[in-house]
Amino acid sequence: MSDAPLPPIGILAELTHRCPLQCVYCSNPLELLKADKELSTDAWLALFEEAADLGVLQIHLSGGEPTLRPDLEQFISCLARRGVYTNLITAGVGIAEGRMERLCDAGLDHVQLSIQGARAPTTEKIGNNRGAQEKKLETARRVVELGLPLTINAPIHRHNIEEVPAFIDLALSLRAQRLEIANVQYAGWALLNRNTLMPDREAVERQVEIVEEAQSRLQGILAIDFVAPDYFAIYPKPCMGGWARDAFMIAPDGMVLPCHAAATIPTLHFERFGERSLTDIWLNSPAFNAFRGDDWMLEPCRSCDRREIDWGGCRCQAMAIAGDAAATDPACVKSPLHNRMAMLIGEANSLPSSNADDFRYRRIGRA
Amino acid sequence: MEARRQRVILSGEARPRLRHYVRLQYDPVRGAWALLSPERVFWPDEVSLDILRLCDGQRTVSQIVDELAGQYDGAREDIAPDVEQFLQEWSDRFLVTL
Repeated sequence: MSDAPLPPIGILAELTHRCPLQCVYCSNPLELLKADKELSTDAWLALFEEAADLGVLQIHLSGGEPTLRPDLEQFISCLARRGVYTNLITAGVGIAEGRMERLCDAGLDHVQLSIQGARAPTTEKIGNNRGAQEKKLETARRVVELGLPLTINAPIHRHNIEEVPAFIDLALSLRAQRLEIANVQYAGWALLNRNTLMPDREAVERQVEIVEEAQSRLQGILAIDFVAPDYFAIYPKPCMGGWARDAFMIAPDGMVLPCHAAATIPTLHFERFGERSLTDIWLNSPAFNAFRGDDWMLEPCRSCDRREIDWGGCRCQAMAIAGDAAATDPACVKSPLHNRMAMLIGEANSLPSSNADDFRYRRIGRA
Repeated sequence: MEARRQRVILSGEARPRLRHYVRLQYDPVRGAWALLSPERVFWPDEVSLDILRLCDGQRTVSQIVDELAGQYDGAREDIAPDVEQFLQEWSDRFLVTL
C-alpha cells in the first residue's frame, strides 16, 4: 500500500501470561510464557512512553492476570501522566486488600472484569478455580465503590449460554455500566477446546433475541455489547478493526503483534520491542504491512463493497480454517469455504454428551 | 437485585457535564480533539465540540441552547432539537450526566 499508516489508537498489553484461572477459551497462545520471559519494569515503561509519543490514546492492561505484576501502579501512573486512557482487564481473583485503591490513585480510568458464569459453579468449572465467584463479585463492588466505571465481560459458549439473562441481572445488580456478551472466538485455547465449547444453533438464536430485547429495555441503564459467534455469522468481524489499522498488541516478552493469534500464521515473522522501536515496527514491519489496507485481498474480498467494513475478517481464522491467511474469512457467506463453519458446528454438536466436559485447561507448559 | 435504575430523560433544567471518567483532550499527534471513554475513542466534530465544551455542570440545557444560538447566529427553535437529541444520546451512552 502506498499511504503511510495512520498512528495507532490502542494497544492491548499482555503484561504476563500468569493467571490464577485456567479458562478453557483463553485467547492467549498455547505456548504460554513463564515469568522469566516477561519484560522488565523499565522496558514496559519505555514502551509506554514511546506508545504515547506514537499517538496511542488507550492502553488495555491485560494478561494473563495483569495485577500479578507488582509494577502495575507504575505503568498506570506513567500512562496517566501522558494522558493515555487506561483500562484494566482483570479476572478479579487474588487482588490484595487495598490494591484496587492504589491502582485507582495511580490514575486508572476503567475496569473490565471477566465473569465466567452468572452462577458460581459455572465460573469455578470454566476457570478451574474454587471460590472464584465471590472474589470476582467483591472486586466488582470495590471498583464501583471507588467510582471507577465497570464493564463486565461474559465470554459465552455452550456451558453458559443459558445464563445470559442471569448475566444481565448480575451486571445490573453490580451497577456495571457495560456488559459484554462476548461469544467465544475460536483461537488460542478456545480452538483447542472448540468441540466442547460450541453452542447449538437454537441456543444462539435464543441468545440473540434475549440480548436484543434487553438492549432496548435497558437503554440508558446498562449498555450491552454483543459479540456474535463467528461460526453462526453471515459476515465476518473487522478483526482488531482491520489488520494493523488502529490497534495492536504486545505479548509479555515484548513481541509486537497485530492481534492475539497472529503468531499462528507461519509465514509471518514478528519483532520484539527493544530490538526495534515500536514506531519502526508499526510503520515498517513486513508482518504489519502484510494484510494492511486492501491491496493484499483476493476475490471475493477484492471486489466486495464490504471490504472496508470488515477488512476481510480475521486472518487467523482464515489460517485456521482455510489454511491460508490471505483467504476470505470463512465466517463470510461469500467465502467458498463458508459451509465448513456449519460442518464444524455439526461435528461439535454431534459429540456424545459424555465428552462435552472434556476440557483442556489453560496451563503454562501444558497445551 | 437492583431494579430501581432508570434511564435519565433530558429536561431543559438539567445541567449536563461530562462524566468524571470521560476526558476531552487535544491530541497533538493528530491535531484533533479526542474524547476518551471506557474502551472507546471518539472524534467529535466541530458542532459536537461546541456542545461538549458548554457541558460544564453549571449551564442548563436551555442556557446551552441560547449560547449556541448566539454562536451560530441561528434560531433557538432550530438548534434546540439537535442539541437535546445529542445530549440524550450521550447520556444514554454514559458519556454525559444530566
